[in-house]
Amino acid sequence: MGMIFSLIAVIVLVAVAFVGTQLHLSGLFGVAIPYLAFLVFIAGFVRKVIKWGQSPVPFHIPTTCGQQKSLPWIKQSKLDNPSTTLQVIGRMALEVLLFRSLFRNIKTHRTDGGPVYGSNKWLWLGGLAFHVTFFVVFIRHLRFFTEPVPAWVNMLDAVDGFVQVGVPHMLITGVVLLAAATYLLLRRIFNSQVQYISLAADYFPLFLIIGIALTGILMRYFIKVDIVKVKELTMGLATFKATVPDGIGSIFFIHLFLISVLFAYFPFSKLMHLAGVFMSPTRNLANNSRAVRHINPWNPKVHLHTYEEYEDEFREVMKSEGIPVEKE
Amino acid sequence: MYNGGKIIIGLIIFIALVTFPFYTNMGKTSEQPAALTSSPDDPHIGGLKIGQMRSEHMKILDQWRDEVVRGGERFITFDGDQYEKSLQIGCLGCHAKQEFCDKCHSYAGVKPYCWDCHFAEGEGQL
Repeated sequence: MGMIFSLIAVIVLVAVAFVGTQLHLSGLFGVAIPYLAFLVFIAGFVRKVIKWGQSPVPFHIPTTCGQQKSLPWIKQSKLDNPSTTLQVIGRMALEVLLFRSLFRNIKTHRTDGGPVYGSNKWLWLGGLAFHVTFFVVFIRHLRFFTEPVPAWVNMLDAVDGFVQVGVPHMLITGVVLLAAATYLLLRRIFNSQVQYISLAADYFPLFLIIGIALTGILMRYFIKVDIVKVKELTMGLATFKATVPDGIGSIFFIHLFLISVLFAYFPFSKLMHLAGVFMSPTRNLANNSRAVRHINPWNPKVHLHTYEEYEDEFREVMKSEGIPVEKE
Repeated sequence: MYNGGKIIIGLIIFIALVTFPFYTNMGKTSEQPAALTSSPDDPHIGGLKIGQMRSEHMKILDQWRDEVVRGGERFITFDGDQYEKSLQIGCLGCHAKQEFCDKCHSYAGVKPYCWDCHFAEGEGQL
């Protein structure tokens, strides 16, 4: 249900952009909507992060997968059970860059003796391939937003296309991105447990990103557009001197519109895990709850009557009754 | 806000990264490659329009290379005239490389590997 809905939604978006360009609304689809989407992206992103930042963390809740820091002769698992900020940074880096928590035994089998957890690295591999290639594709697009194009962007493009298949040369990341996104979609469709918990909010971003990758690949290799005109438009956006040159094919506006939708949708969706991964208390806290007291920020102020104060209050009485006191 | 300092620093880094295209181009006017002044509807040769040549020339060159290198078909007839399927004799015979190839290619961040083997007149060999 959610899948069909999402697929139709993306098809409608493509149709809207196509009809829009046929009606010569390229100013709307080429300038107004991209700017608006970017604004919504930034404002929504900041708003969401600040809202998360305002939520207190009442308990100290790092999840751990290894030996806690203990007696000196017991070996601590420093990355799985960090006790200092530096170790937390190491753990976070591995999580953010290599998706370490997916690189575990995450597949459960039922056996007569109880559940058995086995290795299944496909999700890890597919997820990592998807994220890394999407990031590289994103960075490569800087060639449309910089003039002159920085050498490192050109170098990235050269490395990405080093197999030199066809003209213009095939970029590996584009192909891997499409393949990985398709794998992530098929996994949701054919793995019945995952399908059971999948909602429209899971399918929609996948279809949208597959749509973006497909239109991009089509535009690069098959339905050509005048790339210099495209750059004239994108540079206009980047320099706030927006122009819409004539003669750019509709495929470009479809691509751009889908990206605009992705940007505008981003802050309101699960895609916010981009920020959320850094703000997960189960990951970014050191497991030092036995060494450092975690105070719940919403605790009311409790007046404590300490022993020192007690003794100050009753010192004379205690002395007269022969009870030992700490301070004379 | 809890841990406000760290969160604000993270947000500032994030915004600085995603708005890179805006401040890197601050105050610049991007100039078009001059060769683009002619209309895309003007005819090139062989029934092709300028616009088609702009977006599809790499396909044609790729096809020519295969036909010449693998099939030995060196010539193509456009409008009754014979042309040699050749980058250096054909294209570069009329168009200067620096004006015609390099300007747009460097503008669009494209580095074709034609020049791994071919070289234009006036440019040194590899």
